[in-house]
Amino acid sequence: MTGESVITIEQLSFTYATGTRPALHDISLDIKRGEYIGVMGLNGAGKTTLGLSLNGIVPQSSLGHYEGKVTVDGHDAAVTPVREMAKMVGIVFDNPEFQMSQISAAEEVALGLENLGVPTEEMHTRVSAALALVGLAGFEERSPLGLSGGQQQRLAIASVIAMQPRILFMDEPTSNLDPIGKEEVFELARKLNKDEGLTVIVAEHEAEVLAAYADRIVVLHEGLIVMAGTPQEIFARADELAAIGVRVPQATELALAMEPEAREGVPVTTATAIEWMEARAR
Amino acid sequence: MTAQDTSLPMISAKQLRFVYPRGGVVALDDVSIDIPAGQSVGIVGQNGSGKTTFTKTLNGLLRPSGGTVHVDGLDTSKLTVQQLASTVGYVFQNPNHQLFATSVAAELAFGPTNLKLPKDEIEARVAEALEFFDLGEHAKSHPYRLSFPLRKLVGIASVFTMHPKIFVLDEPTTGQDHQTTRIINRLIHRLQDRGATVVTVAHDMPLLADVSERLIVMWSSKVVLDGTPREVFANREVMDLTHITPPQITQISLGMPSRAGRPAALSVEELAEDVRAGKESR
Repeated sequence: MTGESVITIEQLSFTYATGTRPALHDISLDIKRGEYIGVMGLNGAGKTTLGLSLNGIVPQSSLGHYEGKVTVDGHDAAVTPVREMAKMVGIVFDNPEFQMSQISAAEEVALGLENLGVPTEEMHTRVSAALALVGLAGFEERSPLGLSGGQQQRLAIASVIAMQPRILFMDEPTSNLDPIGKEEVFELARKLNKDEGLTVIVAEHEAEVLAAYADRIVVLHEGLIVMAGTPQEIFARADELAAIGVRVPQATELALAMEPEAREGVPVTTATAIEWMEARAR
Repeated sequence: MTAQDTSLPMISAKQLRFVYPRGGVVALDDVSIDIPAGQSVGIVGQNGSGKTTFTKTLNGLLRPSGGTVHVDGLDTSKLTVQQLASTVGYVFQNPNHQLFATSVAAELAFGPTNLKLPKDEIEARVAEALEFFDLGEHAKSHPYRLSFPLRKLVGIASVFTMHPKIFVLDEPTTGQDHQTTRIINRLIHRLQDRGATVVTVAHDMPLLADVSERLIVMWSSKVVLDGTPREVFANREVMDLTHITPPQITQISLGMPSRAGRPAALSVEELAEDVRAGKESR
């Protein structure tokens, strides 16, 4: 991490026109370039609204009351046109099928670029590069609907990264995928983060996945940020998390079942839990 | 009505074969599965392995291309989906495929009303379901006004009120958060207490480790393993072949050198207990 902020959220509140309470309430968060952030919380806690505020869909395409400020790479997300924001922040949703509209994978990826008016030659180069990056080189002519769930989601990611954003927000990207698809998508996200230097933000329920990949976890509850910290710092507070419906990895549950007072060095992954348990089994 | 063969197990599939009419894809190839009354069975495998095709033959949604399926001694090929509905309660992965009433309470009353139950029995069942699924505050809401996860609970609850002998759940926890997943977990235990036979298709291994007495592993249209969750999760070869990831706690228990040769653990409490007991015995 370079320590340079890429996203600054200052006292952000948003209430949808149809909502009775704020979807986000006085949120402040600073995200560094190259960070991998996990966002946890019950359905309705504000995870999606947070993601949509990063590229300006909230408030520009959502009716409601907006307060505070979101700055992305020096741009005010509330007033910079969404098509400009889309070059900085790519968003991937949970259901890849809903994002597919074209007859071939290449056209699917090209769609966003056409809308941005990218010249044809550069478009071809970017489409090939994006497909290669997500491991779908050679799939150019395939129909998106004939792909597996994991391949479809990787194609959705290719469509987004062809716009060359430096930030990727994924909203429960594997909730509709089988284990193979899930592995593919999280491996790809790891690669985009570690090798390509993208800042990755993932809303996800599965604690085990975030423990393995995230640098930092932000926990939302009823529109508020109630915790933020490293996976170890967050998951050690299992009791508080349980009270707001957030699970911790079984690795951490196990350590806390053995030593309820354990905090420092509490394991969050399979490998560290095995070590931790072995040290105590002897 | 066809004759009921009471000598058969609650679910009995013999040399079942299913070929999709369009494209000729073989989805089930020589599948024989017997499930006794009252058993809770999980069916696992990647998408496309045949899991959902199998469950859809149980309530007559799909007609076998070869072989036979009996539920509660009834030959499913001779009955309509409607005739089988009081025996096999089927909860679809997508609740939009089964909800149509204008309020949650009406949705829950629909099944028992069709069964021509007395009014007070219908009311009692609806009240019980509203409480059990924590849907009380939404009783008068239109199902489509609810979030997807809540809608899914309504879909499950509307089958629950019919008290079918066989309960089929297709991916009940997909897209659910920890709170609703816990309700589904409790539901399966409740159904077992009532003596219902439960078939759960899921990628959620921690759920199945907790609620299933038996796991059937499908791969490429066939059953490749059938055993207790403990046996199945410890079978490295089949787990690798089918890309199924056992619950983290099971992986930890199998990865601890000091526990070599001991059976896999299925829950945090079980492993913590086991390690504590091991220490005391030395």
